[in-house]
Amino acid sequence: MDTLQHLLGNYLGYGVWHMLCAVAVVVPLTIFVAYLTFAERKILAYMHARLGANRVGPKGLLQPFADLFKFVFKELLTPYKISKGVFYSSPLIILACALLVWAVIPFNAELVFAHVNASLLYVVAISSLGIYGIILAGWSGNSKYSFLGGVRATAQMISYELAMGFALVGVLMVSGSLNLKEIVDNQAVGMLGGSVLSWNWLPLFPFFLVYLISGVAETNRAPFDVCEGESEIVAGFFVEYSGTSFALFMLAEYVNMVTISAMASLMFLGGWLSPFPASWSIVGVAGFHWLLLKVCILLFGFIWYRATFPRYRYDQIMRLGWKVFLPITLVWIFVLGLWMVSPLTIWK
Amino acid sequence: MIRKFINTYLLTELLRGMALTWKVLFTPKVTLRYPEEKTPLSPRFRALHALRRYPNGEERCIGCKLCEAVCPALAITIDAHEREDGTRRTTRYDIDLTKCIFCGFCEEACPVDAIVETSIHEYHGEERGDLFYTKEMLLAIGDKYEPIIAKNRELDHKYR
Repeated sequence: MDTLQHLLGNYLGYGVWHMLCAVAVVVPLTIFVAYLTFAERKILAYMHARLGANRVGPKGLLQPFADLFKFVFKELLTPYKISKGVFYSSPLIILACALLVWAVIPFNAELVFAHVNASLLYVVAISSLGIYGIILAGWSGNSKYSFLGGVRATAQMISYELAMGFALVGVLMVSGSLNLKEIVDNQAVGMLGGSVLSWNWLPLFPFFLVYLISGVAETNRAPFDVCEGESEIVAGFFVEYSGTSFALFMLAEYVNMVTISAMASLMFLGGWLSPFPASWSIVGVAGFHWLLLKVCILLFGFIWYRATFPRYRYDQIMRLGWKVFLPITLVWIFVLGLWMVSPLTIWK
Repeated sequence: MIRKFINTYLLTELLRGMALTWKVLFTPKVTLRYPEEKTPLSPRFRALHALRRYPNGEERCIGCKLCEAVCPALAITIDAHEREDGTRRTTRYDIDLTKCIFCGFCEEACPVDAIVETSIHEYHGEERGDLFYTKEMLLAIGDKYEPIIAKNRELDHKYR
């Protein structure tokens, strides 16, 4: 950064440096997402006793790029009588919100794009903003189907955001910080210090479960993907989109999946901490690879659920969100509070 | 009641389902990599038509038009006349494969096993009219694939 400021002047150098940092975060993330779609196709296929994509490149490894080029070369259809500005900006809003979250997600103990003290709050706020993109996308298509799809997706995401938020409140209570780095650091200390058992997933197991399931609902993934529902309706709120703008929705969906997994790893699974004690030479070293491994395991879970569970009915989704998860989290926050002030507390 | 409660909150059914998909993940895959691997075909497989000849080179078809009459899709068109040696032969024998439904009735109706359906299913036409097969084309297919056709008849004859 100093070199750039020296070369380009104070402000320009600062800007260019952060631009480069952003690219350094977004490009690997996009490639990761591309291969996530490939992994999804392969794992789904294997779970159906099929082989899956294996034609493009060795073992089908270039398939994501074939998909991308197909999207790029498709015609960008514009529906009749739409407000073009809203129509074409809503996928950008969704994608921007999905990517903005990555500004504060720490990759290891030092590496993070922006050191924001209330980074958890930032993550929750930005991911809520993404809902605007969905409303606008559903509304601007000038189609009653996409409008209804948008309403359904919005209602679903708002409902599950509540349960998710409350699950995170549990984490806040035990770590006493909104900073993602401190939340991870706090998981390494405590009575069971430093091992897998001291990570938040075990003492906060109900919250962990609620967070995982709400995360699946929040990203509109199977079995909560009624608003996409590729086997019954076509694609809910983005039914009017084609080509690249459609690809942006898919990209945003998968980025959101990675975000949810990364957040779950940071909040509950000790982020970049190693599951082994530090005395075990190589495997005990905390680092980015552990975070990546945890994210991959959680993403595998996302795909696994999709291969396993039949789709929920829409009213059942709402019932689960409002009548099951919300009460569970509220009661557990209360129980957790009592636990923390009781002599049995493990967070001292 | 209690069991139901436990089953619901411990998500046992969901875990059972996930165990099943996990098991399938490692089972042998059933996918057939088509152009490289092919499924075995029954000798009765009905695909591209052919007109057969006798071993001495004489065409089998006697122009009786039974196949034309039985064809439910009206895909066969036949004209017949008397040849110099006094036998009845076709002058025209056309099958429009775009109309054909591959029911095999022509094959069943034929008294001399002249029109047959071979197991050749990998053919195509690139332009309109390419799938309109004339007598010459059908005879050529018959000449080319006679060993296969004869073998398939042989394998299936005891069930006919």
